[in-house]
Amino acid sequence: MREHWSEAFIGLLISFGLPELLATILAYAIGGFLLVFIALNSALILIWITRKVISRMQDRIGPNRVGPFGLLQTGADAAKLMSKEDITPTEADKIAYNLSPILAVFGMVMLWAVIPFAPGIIGADLNVGVIYLVALGSIAVMSALMAGWGSNNKYALLAGFRVVAQLLSYEIPMVLAILTVVLLTGTMSMASIVGFQSLTIAGFNLGFGWLGFLMPGALLVFFISTLAESELTPFDLLEAESELIAGFHIEYSGMKFAMFFLAQFVISWVWAAVVATLFLGGWQGPFVDQLPILGLVYFFIKAYAIYVLQQWIRGTFPRIRIDQMMYFAWKVLVPLMVGLIVIQAIVQKLPVPVVIQYALIFISNIGVVGIVINVLTGYFRNETIRTKRSFQPRSLIGTMQPAE
Amino acid sequence: MPELPIPSVGQLVFAAVALFTAISGLIVVASPNLFHNALALVATLFGVAGLYILLEAEFLAVSQVLVYVGAIATLITFAIMLTRSMMYGRTSPVNRQWGKAAIFAVLFFAVLLGFVQGIPWVSNMAELPSSQETIVALGMEFVTTYVVAFEVLGLLLLVALVGAVMLARDN
Amino acid sequence: MIPLNWYLMVAGFLFACGLYGALARRNAIAILMGVELMLNAANINLVAFWRYSDTFADMSGQVFALMVIALAAAEAAVGLALIISVYRKRKTINVEELDALAG
Repeated sequence: MREHWSEAFIGLLISFGLPELLATILAYAIGGFLLVFIALNSALILIWITRKVISRMQDRIGPNRVGPFGLLQTGADAAKLMSKEDITPTEADKIAYNLSPILAVFGMVMLWAVIPFAPGIIGADLNVGVIYLVALGSIAVMSALMAGWGSNNKYALLAGFRVVAQLLSYEIPMVLAILTVVLLTGTMSMASIVGFQSLTIAGFNLGFGWLGFLMPGALLVFFISTLAESELTPFDLLEAESELIAGFHIEYSGMKFAMFFLAQFVISWVWAAVVATLFLGGWQGPFVDQLPILGLVYFFIKAYAIYVLQQWIRGTFPRIRIDQMMYFAWKVLVPLMVGLIVIQAIVQKLPVPVVIQYALIFISNIGVVGIVINVLTGYFRNETIRTKRSFQPRSLIGTMQPAE
Repeated sequence: MPELPIPSVGQLVFAAVALFTAISGLIVVASPNLFHNALALVATLFGVAGLYILLEAEFLAVSQVLVYVGAIATLITFAIMLTRSMMYGRTSPVNRQWGKAAIFAVLFFAVLLGFVQGIPWVSNMAELPSSQETIVALGMEFVTTYVVAFEVLGLLLLVALVGAVMLARDN
Repeated sequence: MIPLNWYLMVAGFLFACGLYGALARRNAIAILMGVELMLNAANINLVAFWRYSDTFADMSGQVFALMVIALAAAEAAVGLALIISVYRKRKTINVEELDALAG
């Protein structure tokens, strides 16, 4: 395995004459601080990108007054939010109300620990890195629930329920898509998965052995699940200003709202980075072995490309209703992924050479997803023609309708 | 009395995690506000996951967070919010027999403590092979030695899922 | 470094807390939370004993602990569904008032 960044850094500090324990603590403290600093400040760039992409989608220019090309607009917005009055609703549960934005940012920052930026630069190469990512989604769930409850507002509570329903429902196709990757690579550590995606021709690492080429179906399902986990359109029913009065952060103002806002943007980038790591090769690319810092460039290009794709979709699609969303998660994505996993597990145990296995997995991915899309579009079209309105699933389980 | 040994970093970390878990556990059963109990339960579950990490069972720690915090604690919080008849501590949180229960719990803990302290346990950890092999060994055990239990567990989860949906329906 | 009985003490304390919660609380959900605490305490014991044992090929401790986690999930789901159902019928989940079967 490649040398972890901390070993080089600790070696450097020891050469300055520090004792080993102090050098270790200092190295990890500086690394952690740098990671958190980048995590929190990347929101500035991300919000700018979002606004520019969406404004170009909508045939307008977007922010271009504050700073060159509007780059300082986010700073101005942050200053505005910091200067707003901090209103706490009466009879709000103090602990839940105040802890919830902190937990949202906390969950977001913790995700950065297992993302491999370059060969050897990863916060902590956990052996269970991918499950760690999914497990930390549960912190976001708890924060949404606490926000909904602590606001002492029944619409916030209802929106909180729906957010939890959405996040939990789309966690399952996400875990199943990750499972296909883990089945193929045989490891759950993020750095090893990226290391697997090298394509070595004649001893030269071409770096294009991406898992997305092999399993486009799993990539598609995982990408859709990340859209739902970051609450972007078409799944942003719970945060749109016109739906359910802006969701569970209706009672938050000022800096607390800014924390939710920041957490939402950076989480969508983090999931884009995870898509890039698991399916698009992470830091793999040509000439990475000779020049490891090139891996950093490749990684950021891929992550930002997926992020722009997410914002592109956000600016293009309408949002779907909550019952349609639950139908899609449970009755379409989960059976699709289970079918893909079964086929892949069987294929991987066949006594054929590895290349034939990969070809079979690819064919099965394309085949299953193509069949499902055909069947589904036919079904939805028939339903729409029959009922003369948009598709309405028969069951309303999980949609948490407000009681009369 | 010999000089007190300086605790090592591992012992300090253990003390911090164990104290966090213990205090959260106490808040779960002692606070009158039911929502605070749920939050303290989440903190306790995180503390237990931290203890698993100290015991070098990482897969178990992330599974604990994923299942317990992500699912069970969320379920409990949902149930609290859906059945909010006694939320604000107007009625007492404890029932008629709380005194006897407290005495019994304290006695139980004292007996357990005496029992545990009296036996010379092994006090050093053997060297673990790499964690990757531990996870592989865990998976192998699940599908070779304990395969029947594994399959029955899957069946049980299916039955529980169907049963819970049936029980909580509105008609 | 860390003796085994420290882990057992923490687990014992959690178990005692859960025991008190299960015996002395009125709300059915609070009783369920006490039960979850007891399950976690038992899990800590299992994993601690696995860790301090001599053989590592025998992963029974972790397997058992994972099964307990899955079982706790199933039990919490069914238990909470029951509690919600009882709340709809009786409008209360105070276990002192649910005495329709009492003599």
